[in-house]
Order: sequence, then structure tokens, then C-alpha cells
Amino acid sequence: MAHKLRRRTVLKGAAAAMSYSCLPYVWAAPEDVDAAIASLFAGRIPQPGRVTVKIPPISENGYSVPLSVKVESPMTRQDHVVRIAVFAEENPIALVASFELGPRAGLANIQSRIRMGDSQRIRAVAEMNDGSLWSGYAFSIVTLAACVI
Amino acid sequence: MTGIRIAAPKTAVKGEVIELKAMIQHAMETGYRRDEYGRPIPRDILKHFECLYNGERVFQAELFPGIAANPFFSFHTTATESGTLVFRWVDQHGQEWSEQVQLEVIQ
Repeated sequence: MAHKLRRRTVLKGAAAAMSYSCLPYVWAAPEDVDAAIASLFAGRIPQPGRVTVKIPPISENGYSVPLSVKVESPMTRQDHVVRIAVFAEENPIALVASFELGPRAGLANIQSRIRMGDSQRIRAVAEMNDGSLWSGYAFSIVTLAACVI
Repeated sequence: MTGIRIAAPKTAVKGEVIELKAMIQHAMETGYRRDEYGRPIPRDILKHFECLYNGERVFQAELFPGIAANPFFSFHTTATESGTLVFRWVDQHGQEWSEQVQLEVIQ
């Protein structure tokens, strides 16, 4: 009996340690994406369109999710993308990255790898040189969340 | 932490849009994790990445903890003239890492 209990205690302890190491020390509540977008773009509101976000529909590992953002733009000196910002709705910090490009880019396509704290929408907002904002999003189900982003 | 990998074409035709890929080894520690003793692990991330084409900045990124460890970026630029492409990273303490490659542009 004593032997059995000890084994159980050990297992419990190990399980607790594993889950504990995964918990954030400050429970970071998801930031409001709309507020984050408003603060980055000085209150302007993006209109849907021109931006294509690609992430796998199911992500086995939230610690590294391949992300691709494409913006429809001729990328000429007169009409080009100046900034692409990526937001994750369920992450403690909504803004994931902000990319600055210009007419020399030729193509407004970027790729990276991001962390996802939960199954969620990933939104991208593109700012054009005329000041207009466009946005697109994609959803991914995360099986192993980056529990601490 | 010196692992930098760049994928860029060695030659390109003038006016061609080329894809550049850059990756650096970095833990991108979020600051939300604890170690095995329960102590918080401080945040340690790269904050900035840029690519310079013959000294002119053609791409830059501001990074946050939501970028995965060993940050990878793929982006494009138009081949205008032969020269040097410099890829540069700066972390939150101001420490820098960079790598450069040569690009030959055929007229």
C-alpha cells in the first residue's frame, strides 16, 4: 500500500511540475486586437480585402506556425505597401510583428513563423502609401498551444 | 548564438524580383515562462531585423514575443545593381548580429 501511494505521489508531482512549468507567471489575458490595431494605425480602421493570410488550418505545434501574408499591390513608386502588421487575437501581446517594405520590394509577400497561444484568428493589416488600410485573416486550430506564447 | 542562415540567389537579371530568406538562431524567450524551480525566465528577444541593399534599407521588421524561436523571414526585393546584401538583427539589449551576401546583377 505504502509503495503504491508513493508511486502515485511521484506521478502526481511529475504531472504538476510539467503543467506548472507551462503556466505563465502572470496570466496574460488576451489583448484586444481592435485596440492594438487602432493604437498602431492612429485610430484608422482597416477595410477587408487585398490581404491574404495563410496558416495551416490545423497547427500541431503552436510554438512555431508557418505564416504567409500576401498583399495585392502593383508595388510601384505610385502605389505600394509600406507596412504589414500581424496580430494574434488570443496571444498576450496581440501584435506579433510589423514589417516595413517599399516599392523596391517588387512583391508584397512575406513569410515567417509565429507562436500561437490558442486556436485563433490571425489577422494582418496592410498600410498602403496613400494611407489606406486593408486587412485579411485566417483561422488555425492549435493542438499543442504555445501555452506561454 | 552565431547560427545565421541566408538563402539568396547569387545572380539575377536586372529588374528581376528575387526572394530573400533569413534565419537566425535565437530562443526568443517570451518572458512568460518559468524554470524548473518556478522562477520566471526573463524576456530575451530580438527586436529588430533589417535588410540593406548596397546600404539602402529594403526591408525591416519589428519583432515581438509572438515570433517563434529561431526567427525566419522571407521577403522580396527587385534586383537593381550588383552589390552587397546585409542582413542585420538587433536584440533588446542592443547587441547586433549581421551577415552579408554578394549579388551579381546581369544587365
